[in-house]
Amino acid sequence: MADSPVRTQRPLSPHLQIFTPYLTMVMSILHRITGGALYVGTLLLVVWLIGAASGPAGYARVQWFMGSIIGQLILFGYTWALIHHLIGGVRHLVWDVGLGFGPEARENMARLNIIGSIVLTILIWVVALIVR
Amino acid sequence: MSVFGKFSIQTPYKRVHGLGSAGAGTEHFWKQRVTAVALIPLTLVFVVVVILAAGKDYDAARRLLGNPFVALMMLLFVGAGVSHMRIGMQVIIEDYVHEDVPKIALLVLNTFFSIATGLACAFAILKLSFGV
Repeated sequence: MADSPVRTQRPLSPHLQIFTPYLTMVMSILHRITGGALYVGTLLLVVWLIGAASGPAGYARVQWFMGSIIGQLILFGYTWALIHHLIGGVRHLVWDVGLGFGPEARENMARLNIIGSIVLTILIWVVALIVR
Repeated sequence: MSVFGKFSIQTPYKRVHGLGSAGAGTEHFWKQRVTAVALIPLTLVFVVVVILAAGKDYDAARRLLGNPFVALMMLLFVGAGVSHMRIGMQVIIEDYVHEDVPKIALLVLNTFFSIATGLACAFAILKLSFGV
């Protein structure tokens, strides 16, 4: 079927790289990228919980890694991905009930998503550093 | 009369199943939204738990994660999370991988990864809770 002449001669619709990036499109891509990152990031949760469950020595190793510069950078990225995907998910739920499709609403929600995720991520880290 | 109106071309057999051409219906679509809604409060609780655990020593972390309320919230977070991420990754795989063998292989790996990470987290949480 795939190489029948009728199929191959059909015009193709423009693909992603044809379009000039615009905000809602970038946010859509970011939603998928952060989702994929969180998928891999679940391993951090596994490492943390298994480390805690395995005893003081195991937990010390996990804490050493999470406290290192690389660990902190990964955790900061994970925090932003988590919050960004969370707010983006709420945006999708708003769309699911049929709201927020207007030209202004969708732009405002996209801006709120990116600004909110950055502000909340920094806030979480400030609180975490104060509490510890 | 069906919800599709009296001009539906679906056979009565198809209509009673209500699963559409893919044969799986809207189960994943709906499950993705239910888990998304559940994950809004659960993610916020998770963030608070991580903030409280950050930088604490082993005993404090173990007491926190072993607290029945915290453990239950973490179990719910992990359950909803791995279910949500498995569907999300399946969509990504189906969007970008079109050859049957790699696609099926990745879908199986996706299932393995989701169940393994979910079970690892759940096991660790329960072990901490029961204090063995």
